[in-house]
Amino acid sequence: MKLECKVNGENREADGVREGESLLYILRERLDLPGSKNACEQGECGSCSVYMDGMLVCSCLVLAGQAEGREIVTVEGLADENELHPVQKSFIEAGAVQCGFCTPGLIVATHDLLERNAKPSDVEIREALAGNLCRCTGYEKILDAVKLAAAKNGNGA
Amino acid sequence: MKAESAPTRERPKILPSNPGKIGESRPRADGVPKVRGEFEYSSDLRVDGMLWGATLRSPHPHANIWSIDTAEAEDMPGVYSVLTHEDVPGRKVYGMEVPDQPVLAWEHVRYEGEPIAVVAADHPETARRALEKIAVDYEILDPITDPAEALREDTPKLHLSGNVLKEVHIKHGDVEATADVVVSGEYEVGMQDQAFLGPESGMAVPDGRGGVDLFISTQWLHIDRDQIAESLDLPPEDVRLTLSGVGGAFGGREDLSMQIHSCMLALDAGRPVKMMYNREESFYGHVHRHPCKMEYEHGADREGNLVYVKARLVFDGGAYASSSNAVCLNAGTFACGPYDVPNARIDSYMLYTNNPPCGAMRGFGAVQVCFAHETQMDKLANKLGMNPVELRLKNAMKPGDKFPFGQTVPEPAPVAEILERVENMPMPEEEEIIGRDLRRLPGGVSNVTRGEGVKRGVGYAVGYKNIGFSAGFDDYSTASIALSVEDGEPIIYVHTAAAEVGQGGVTLQAQISRTELGVENVAVLPADTRIGSAGSTSASRQSYVTGGAVKMACEAVRGKVFERVREEFGDEFGGELSMEDGSVLAGNRRIVALAELLENGGIEETVVYRHKPTYPLDENGQGDAHFQFAFAAHRAVVEVDEELGLVRVVEIATAQDVGKIMNPQSLEGQIQGGVAQGLGLALLEEIQMKDGKVQNASFTDYLLPTILDMPPVRMEVLELADPDSPYGLKGVGEPPTISSTPAIVAALRDATGRELNRVPVKPEQLAGIEGEPIRRAPQPGSRGPVADDLGSEA
Ligand code: FES
Ligand code: FES
Repeated sequence: MKLECKVNGENREADGVREGESLLYILRERLDLPGSKNACEQGECGSCSVYMDGMLVCSCLVLAGQAEGREIVTVEGLADENELHPVQKSFIEAGAVQCGFCTPGLIVATHDLLERNAKPSDVEIREALAGNLCRCTGYEKILDAVKLAAAKNGNGA
Repeated sequence: MKAESAPTRERPKILPSNPGKIGESRPRADGVPKVRGEFEYSSDLRVDGMLWGATLRSPHPHANIWSIDTAEAEDMPGVYSVLTHEDVPGRKVYGMEVPDQPVLAWEHVRYEGEPIAVVAADHPETARRALEKIAVDYEILDPITDPAEALREDTPKLHLSGNVLKEVHIKHGDVEATADVVVSGEYEVGMQDQAFLGPESGMAVPDGRGGVDLFISTQWLHIDRDQIAESLDLPPEDVRLTLSGVGGAFGGREDLSMQIHSCMLALDAGRPVKMMYNREESFYGHVHRHPCKMEYEHGADREGNLVYVKARLVFDGGAYASSSNAVCLNAGTFACGPYDVPNARIDSYMLYTNNPPCGAMRGFGAVQVCFAHETQMDKLANKLGMNPVELRLKNAMKPGDKFPFGQTVPEPAPVAEILERVENMPMPEEEEIIGRDLRRLPGGVSNVTRGEGVKRGVGYAVGYKNIGFSAGFDDYSTASIALSVEDGEPIIYVHTAAAEVGQGGVTLQAQISRTELGVENVAVLPADTRIGSAGSTSASRQSYVTGGAVKMACEAVRGKVFERVREEFGDEFGGELSMEDGSVLAGNRRIVALAELLENGGIEETVVYRHKPTYPLDENGQGDAHFQFAFAAHRAVVEVDEELGLVRVVEIATAQDVGKIMNPQSLEGQIQGGVAQGLGLALLEEIQMKDGKVQNASFTDYLLPTILDMPPVRMEVLELADPDSPYGLKGVGEPPTISSTPAIVAALRDATGRELNRVPVKPEQLAGIEGEPIRRAPQPGSRGPVADDLGSEA
């Protein structure tokens, strides 16, 4: 089957899509956007988080067909060529990246959280990111990164 | 060394960075691509025309194989290659310490998930369907799943060498010593998984001349290469490995997974082949932390001075050897904990069973025994009516004491100091329980009470472990430093084969080079087998060993720079030469800029660095087996809902000696991340086995700590230099994982008064409703309990 959708602002299409392929598979293997990660492919780790029509979803749980005509934004679409998004900068500055496999999903999830809640409390951050597993950092620096990003946003950065 | 031809695939671009000097927190050079989603992990690799590999695995933990029929799979459209043990060109087995594991099984399978055949096809789904078409005729055998059973004489042997894979016996002082106060106990540690997030994956590319390039995530390129070459029957130089992006490791990538398989498929099909496990397969595709049962007896005098320790440790090594030998040795040597123990008898056994192979995971043998010895110390304190920290302080080992394995405790060994530090750190604030935001109760919003049954507890533990490879292993690393001028600026290229698995080794190598040569631009080249081995990224050893190699290579380069300066400017400078800000200085005087000095050619030096030698243990378990020891202590504060068995860890406090802080931010990250894995073992993480079968091979059922589970970590870091190591540093990755687990369990005991002799601690243990439900006859009108549900533990 053929799939058409908008990804990171561009109209994209994929040919020869098999039923059973997930949106994650399409992004990674057919649209050359491997930024979204595949740590579990069953909705448990959040490493594949993307926006679909503005909603945060686990792309591994979205069937390719369900993405038809939708608007997808992935981690690759959050910043332009030269400038990092403040959330991305904060993850680097706070030391929230080790192996980085959880990072793209966390960046998108944090982006989503701060859109909804510009100044989240610790508990709110923890709750919002509870679906994103990280095996390396122990999460403390991720918490720091989110707070740093919120502060940056507050300063109009 | 024979020159190796270039891989056929374009290398990822190297970003030079300004890494700062050692001791500074500097952002990772790979941070930008990682936050952008552009960092190339091994699971992201692709080239045009590549095929997808897949692995047929045994559904049985123990069986004979009478036949394997691949004909139907071979005939499927889209399938390019189907291979079995018959197609392994060289050695049909592999293994880091003992080559006992079949590349592809023949005649027998010894664990559930053992690879039997591999397929390459044009789509991953085609490859998976082809697996279903392979017919294997099994004769199912009873699995041996209990190490105690495996140890018995009359149990059938799983390997020609017998079921005992390794035993270590340590006799120290008077093994018959007796004491006034005695405590004993039996302890158990469940099978933990490394659960790195990046799945096993890689891509093999045939070079068209019989050789192969493999892009792979691993912990040690050269040991992979040597094993692959043996099995492919190729000279090592025809098997070239390049490290691809690694999504975490924690010991789980020391053994081979899909390496040989993908190379075999690529060479057979003549096309690049990518293999990538999904999460379920990953649980079968790598080794786990050894489950262990431990019997302990501690004897002390009435003042609390330890008189003896006796311990019997029985590890489940699973079906194949992996790094079990070293785990058995480590556990034996560290069984008494960081205490001055005058007499000891330790018997450590490692058994083959039909459970999954177990091997390396962060803490490696020290984790299991630390849970037992620290529980014993608390028990002893209780019996003596002593404060448990005071008891530990009283017995803390000091430099000059003897370890139970006969080696002298070297400087520094600040056991008492780190204990005092954690004891004296401020306590987290007590927060009213009733009326609290539900999200801050044990169990969070799923706590159905208002916190009436919540109790607070505090627990302490201390642990230690060796750094690096021990017992006579030739543990070295190779580094090459090239200093040259590009666009009028000096730049350093650092090349090693050390695997960056997330720990920050690339940043550290750059920081060391920057520090030693005073040059701002540093590029760390991708790790590959074009240079000599760096050894494994494990045992907390890379900062020491590869760090040492990089430092030494820089010193060699600096020597050459100074030689050139002397050649050109004579040697009367009135001050020592040094390198700073891209120039050579004499005292404070600038002699020449590197850009000028190196105009007509750069300088490159390659060195091999070794730490001081170690020696195997003798028949009484005595010897200078280890070269460095690292210590950490933990204090845990928990809240337990006694009625629901739910836990909230409020805070972990830790003190650790690291010798020298190389990069504060990445050190903190290691400590926090290590504690999280210790917390996981204490409360959540266990691969549940039933009759040799894994019951929970998914992140739905294997529970990892989330951001809701992890408390803040309060830390104090000591910098007591090790006189033998580069910059005085000590390995830091593992100690946070070792004593955090027993500290949390001690806090749970403090809160609940329960025994808790097994980790992970389950809610039913905390709520006191352990064991089988009572079987009752069904009530009239009810369907009654389903027998199977009743029998199985949750
Ligand atoms: S890969 Fe989608 S949630 Fe884990
Ligand atoms: S940084 Fe490795 S999983 Fe989060």
